[in-house]
Amino acid sequence: MSEVLGLWNYWVVIVLMMIGLYIMIARDSLVKKVMGLNIFQVSVIMFYVSMGKVRGGTAPILPEGGAEGVLFSNPLPHVLMLTAIVVGIATTALALALVVRIKEAYGTIEEDEIHALAGGDGMDGRSAVQGEAE
Amino acid sequence: MDFPVEVILFLFLLATALTVALLEDLFAAAMMTGIFSLLSACLFTLMDAVDVAFTEAAVGAGVSTVLFLSTLALTAQREKQHPFTWFPLLLVILTGACLVTGTLDMPHYGDPKAPIHVHVAPEYIAGAERDFGIPNIVTNVLASYRGYDTFGETVVIFTASVGVMLLLGHRRRRPGPAHRPTITPEGAARMRDFAIVRVVSMGVIPLIVLFGLYVQFHGDFGPGGGFQAGVIIGAAVILYGLIFGLSTLQRVVPSPLLETGIALGVLLYGGTGVASLLMGGHYLDYAVFDSDDPKHGRHLGILLVEGGVGIAVTCAMILIFYSFAGRALAREAFDEGGGGQ
Repeated sequence: MSEVLGLWNYWVVIVLMMIGLYIMIARDSLVKKVMGLNIFQVSVIMFYVSMGKVRGGTAPILPEGGAEGVLFSNPLPHVLMLTAIVVGIATTALALALVVRIKEAYGTIEEDEIHALAGGDGMDGRSAVQGEAE
Repeated sequence: MDFPVEVILFLFLLATALTVALLEDLFAAAMMTGIFSLLSACLFTLMDAVDVAFTEAAVGAGVSTVLFLSTLALTAQREKQHPFTWFPLLLVILTGACLVTGTLDMPHYGDPKAPIHVHVAPEYIAGAERDFGIPNIVTNVLASYRGYDTFGETVVIFTASVGVMLLLGHRRRRPGPAHRPTITPEGAARMRDFAIVRVVSMGVIPLIVLFGLYVQFHGDFGPGGGFQAGVIIGAAVILYGLIFGLSTLQRVVPSPLLETGIALGVLLYGGTGVASLLMGGHYLDYAVFDSDDPKHGRHLGILLVEGGVGIAVTCAMILIFYSFAGRALAREAFDEGGGGQ
């Protein structure tokens, strides 16, 4: 039984990833899709960081008076993931900026409505919305 | 095998994620993503990733929630209800099942003999004391061993904020509202009238900035560094803007300053590498900065590089906020100034 229980961290990460993926596939609201992408991203980060954990280890910071006999968790996933978080917020901002522009062009952020308006040709949809507004 | 605190936090995390999935009120969902980030920051701390936890708390619970709320103000507060379909759920369950099968031969949680721990990591940990004399191993790996990666990521942040500026054009003035030189959004005016919010934030903002500077300059010794400091200081400035309005904030921190700052940060990072090239070393090899004491040279190099990252990230966060808030103000003024005529 303990053979399998030691893998719980991966399973939690997988469930989180499934929730994020479901939001991205099933929901039509573009803002909601970006939220799903964020949950997906946290699950990937959690995956890396949980692999870096060493049982009985401590944060990878050398204590005063030498590191003799001190067990550290793996610092490499921490480095990669902390930069990934900051890059993630920058790309999230870019995605949200695109959503704002889509809303201004089409008047909606629901994916199915945008598809209906665009009708295969993006510019037609745009002029249709503007025509309605006038 | 007992990790009670982590298990409880994980259950909370899953519950929050499910709530985000089920909520149709996007405003509430945005607030839940803030809680989600805070919970994951707690989990990162328990997994010894203090630097990651720092970043996630400042980014997820601070900056990204503000960005989501600004987007909602510009788009829609609720999402439309759709009939439930089985296909996405089946697809997701299938993906999850495949991944669970894939984990069956993975190393267990916390296993010190896992492959991830036996290759480069011991070398990085040993090198921290031997080559650098800098206690925070994460800072060493970030700025020196993996300096190329970090440079690339700083450039990605630079590019993304340029993209946001191009898309939302924070400087563009729409025709119409020119007769109103200082635009004060109603929302900001009301925020300022809340005495508790105003007084508390005035007390807290200087402390957050001070803490950000501590995180920046003490990042060699304790948890911290340029990325964390950048988002913390950025969050403090954004809080000021939320309470006192964008136009007040832009008088304190004008956007040309930020545009220069973000480029300067990337330039400082790249320039440190070029300097090490000119002094006869490899790109981003800081040992050449002090020929007598390579440890001291590396320390100096890391300080410069982290400084560049800190400046770039702070300016990028504030500029992104300016772009979103400026868009909302421009639209408000456009509507009020008879834009519909």
